[in-house]
Amino acid sequence: MPAHLSARLCSLALSLLLIAFALPAFAGPFEDAVAKFANDDFSDTEEAIGVVAGSGNKLAFPIISALQDGRLMADPDSKKVYVTGTDGKSIDAATGETVASVPDSASAVRLNNRLRRSVDAALGSLTLQSPDVGTRLQAAQSVFKSHEETALEAVDAALAKETNRSVKAALGEARAAILLFKSDATEVEKLEAVATLKARGDQEALALLTGMGDQPASVTKAATSAIGSIQNSLAVWSMVQNAWYGLSLGSVLLLAAIGLAITFGVMGVINMAHGEMVMLGAYTTFVVQEVIRSRYPGLFDYSLLIAVPLAFLVAGAIGVLIERSIIRFLYGRPLETLLATWGLSLVLQQAVRTMFGPTNREVGNPSWMSGAFELGQITITYNRLWILLFTLAVFAILLAMLRYTALGLEMRAVTQNRRMAASMGIATSRVDALTFGLGSGIAGIAGVALSQIDNVSPNLGQSYIIDSFMVVVFGGVGNLWGTLVGAFTLGIANKFLEPVAGAVLGKIAILVLIILFIQKRPRGLFALKGRAVEA
Amino acid sequence: MTPHMLTRSLDRGATIFLAIVAACGILIPLSNLLLPAGSFLQVPTYLVALWGKYVCYAILALAIDLIWGYCGILSLGHGAFFALGGYAMGMYLMRQIGTRGVYGNPILPDFMVFLNWQKLPWYWYGFDMFWFAALMVLVVPGLLAFCFGWLAFRSRVTGVYLSIITQAMTYALLLAFFRNDFGFGGNNGLTDFKDILGFNVQAEGTRAALFALSCLALIIGFLICRAIVSSKLGKVLIAVRDAESRTRFLGYRVESYKLFVFTVSACMAGVAGALYVPQVGIINPSEFAPGNSIEAVIWVAVGGRGTLVGAALGAVVVNYAKTFFTSGVLAPYWLFMLGALFILVTLLLPKGIVGTFNAWWASTREKSTAAAIASAAAENGVEPKMAE
Repeated sequence: MPAHLSARLCSLALSLLLIAFALPAFAGPFEDAVAKFANDDFSDTEEAIGVVAGSGNKLAFPIISALQDGRLMADPDSKKVYVTGTDGKSIDAATGETVASVPDSASAVRLNNRLRRSVDAALGSLTLQSPDVGTRLQAAQSVFKSHEETALEAVDAALAKETNRSVKAALGEARAAILLFKSDATEVEKLEAVATLKARGDQEALALLTGMGDQPASVTKAATSAIGSIQNSLAVWSMVQNAWYGLSLGSVLLLAAIGLAITFGVMGVINMAHGEMVMLGAYTTFVVQEVIRSRYPGLFDYSLLIAVPLAFLVAGAIGVLIERSIIRFLYGRPLETLLATWGLSLVLQQAVRTMFGPTNREVGNPSWMSGAFELGQITITYNRLWILLFTLAVFAILLAMLRYTALGLEMRAVTQNRRMAASMGIATSRVDALTFGLGSGIAGIAGVALSQIDNVSPNLGQSYIIDSFMVVVFGGVGNLWGTLVGAFTLGIANKFLEPVAGAVLGKIAILVLIILFIQKRPRGLFALKGRAVEA
Repeated sequence: MTPHMLTRSLDRGATIFLAIVAACGILIPLSNLLLPAGSFLQVPTYLVALWGKYVCYAILALAIDLIWGYCGILSLGHGAFFALGGYAMGMYLMRQIGTRGVYGNPILPDFMVFLNWQKLPWYWYGFDMFWFAALMVLVVPGLLAFCFGWLAFRSRVTGVYLSIITQAMTYALLLAFFRNDFGFGGNNGLTDFKDILGFNVQAEGTRAALFALSCLALIIGFLICRAIVSSKLGKVLIAVRDAESRTRFLGYRVESYKLFVFTVSACMAGVAGALYVPQVGIINPSEFAPGNSIEAVIWVAVGGRGTLVGAALGAVVVNYAKTFFTSGVLAPYWLFMLGALFILVTLLLPKGIVGTFNAWWASTREKSTAAAIASAAAENGVEPKMAE
C-alpha cells in the first residue's frame, strides 16, 4: 500500500477517532498487546501486531499504519505507547486520548523485514475488512491502482467475507489487477484477469492492459482484443457523453430561446430586452430564496416550485407593460423596435444593478437538484437532468396552449392575418399584449432554471441574447418546432466541436456556420411558406 | 470628383457643417499649441484627445448613416470594422516600439515574448511599414465587408436577419480576439505605443496633428458620402431602402448597389478606428462588443438618420453627454439615460435632431413663403388662394 494513501487513511481514522474518543479505559487483551510494543522485542512486536489487527478496535488501524511509517513511539520506562499523527498531534495508543507531548525517552518501534511484511498484510486486511463500506471500497480501489502482489492474500481473505456487491466487484477487479502483474500466476488466472478488466472497461483498465509487459502469448492475444474492445466502448461512451452535454446545452439554449420564439418568432418583435426577462426570473428566484431562508427555512426545497409561477408573473407583467407602453407604437418598424428594446435592456440591467448590486447573487440548489449519478461511464448531474426535463415540459405546455386554448387560437389567428382576425371580433391589441406577456413570462421561467447553473448577475441576460437569436433564426421564425430542433442541433454541434477545436473556437465555428447557413436558407430550417413571409 | 458634382452635393446645412469641422480642425490644435497653458482660450491637451475621439466616432456614425439612412441596411456589427481598422493601426504602432518594450525584443511585441513565441506570425509581416498598415486599414475591413456582404446580399438576407448576423459576426470576432493564441494580444489588446511616423504619440504636437487629421478625414468622408448619396447611384440606394423588391423588378442589381455601399462604409469605419487608436493609446477586443455597435447606431438615430450631418452631430452629442455624465456623481444613472435615450428617440423623435429640425425649418419656410405670397396678393388687390 503506498505511503501517501495510508497516511491519508490514517489521518481519516485519526479524525474519526477524535470524534469518538470516549473509549473504555480498563486494561484488556488489546491494551496488553499495545503495551508489548514497548518491549522492543521483534517477537513481542509480531504478537502485538497480530492481536491488535485482529482486535477490531478502532485504534488498530492508526496504530499499525503508524508502526509502518515509524510514527509509533514507545516509552520503555512507563511501557506507554503513543501514535504521532501526520499532523504532529499525538495520542495514547492504548486509550486513544490526546496527549500533550510524547516523552523524550520514547523512541520509534523498530521493524525488521519479516515484521514489515506482517505489518503490510495486517494493514491490507484491516482496511479491506473495515466495517465501513466506503473505506472498504476505497481500499479495494487503491489496491487496484497499486496492484501490489503482497496484497493478494488480504484481497482473497476480504473477498471471501465480502457481502456488499460493489465492494465485491471492486475486490475482484483488484485481484485481477494483481494477478495480471504477478509473475507466477497461472495462464488461466491471467486470462480470467484480462476478462475481468475487459468487463470493467474504463481508462484505468485500459492503462493496466497496455502496460502489463511480457506475458504468455495467449494472454497477450486476449489482452489485445480486450484493449480493442475497451477502446471501442470508451469511444462510444465519449460520444454518449458529448451527446449528453449537447442535449444539456441544447436544453439551456431552448429554454432561453423559447420565449423569444414567441415574441420574435410569432409576433415578429425584435425584443433585445429578452435576456433581461430571463435575468428578472433569476432574480425572482433569488428573492424567493432569501425570503424562505429568513422566514421558512424548511421550505427551501420547494423554493424553485414557488419561484416558477412568481417569475412567470413578474416577467409576464413587465412584458405586458413594455408592450403597452413602447412596443405597440413601433409595430411595422422592426429596426426601431430593436433599438428601443435595447435601450430598455440597458435600463432594466441598471435598475437591477441599483437594487441588488453589481455582484453575483447566490442562488442555492435545492437538495433534489444537487448531486449526480453514474450511468455507465458518464456522470449525469441532477440539475442538468432536471433542466432538460423542465425545458421539455415547458415546451410541451406552450405547444398545447397555442394549440388547444382560446387564447392560443386567437394568437395564431392574429399572427396569420391581423385584419381578418380583427374583423372576426378578436381584440388584436389585447392579444398582442398577452402574447408578448406570455413570451416574457416564459423567459422569466427560464431564468428560474438558469439561476441553478449560471451566475445570477445583472449581465445574466446579455450572455444569452445572441445565442437565443441564433437559435430562433436558425430554427426558422414562426415555428416552435424549429426552435426545438435548432436549439438541440446547435447544442450538440457545439459540444461535438468543443473537444476538437476548444470551447471558444467551437463557438466561433458555430457562429460562422450559422452565418453561412442563413445565406443558404435565409428563413431558417423550417421556413414559413406562403405570402405571410413577405409582410 | 468634378467641381460641378461638389457644388451640387452641398446644400446650406452641409456647408455650415464643413465650415465648423474645418474651423475646429484648424483652431483647436492651434490654440492648444500656440497659446500659453492655462490661458482662457487655450484648449488643454486632454480635451484635444477627447474631442479627437469624438471626431473618430463621428466618422463611424457617418459610415453607419450611409448604409442605414440611405440604403436601409442596419448593421449591428460596424464596431467590428472600426476595431479591425484600429487593430491594423495598432499593429503598426506595436512594431514601432522596437527595442523600447519591456522585453526589448526588436521584432516581437511584448505579449508575444511573454507567450514565448519564437517568431513573428505571418500576418504581422509588413506592419512595420506605415504605407502597408494604412493600406490594411482600408483593405481588411473592406474585404471582410465585401465577403460578408457578397454572401448576405446575394442570398437576399435583409432587414432584421441581416442585423442579427452582423451582430453574430462581431460577436465571433470578439471571441476570437480574446484568445491569446490568435496573435493580437488577447484580453489586453495592443497598447504602450511610442511612435507614429517617428513622432511621439504622447506629444502635444502629435495629438494636435492627429486631431487635425481626424477632422480632415471627417470632411473627406462627409464629401464622399455626399457625393454618393446625391449621385444617381444614391437615388437607387434610396429606392432600395424604400422598396427593395420594386427596385429589383425595375431591373437594378440591388445586391451590387448594397455591396458597394456596404464596403465603402466598412472602409470608412476602418479609417475611423485607425485614427482612434493612436489618440486613445489602446485597442482591445472589447471594441468588438456587440453593445458598442448598437450604441453607434443610436448616435445616428439621435442625430437623424439619412441626414449625414445629423449622424456626425449625434455621435458628438451622445458621447459628450456620456463623458459628462459618467465622470460625475450621476455616473450610476448614465445607463438609465442612455437607455431612455434609445426609447425616447425611437418613439418620439424618429427623425432625430437634424431631421426634426429640417422638417420644422421647411414648414416654417413654407408658411412664411405662403404669408409673403398672401400679403403680396393682398397688396395687389387679388383674393389670396390658399393651398388646402
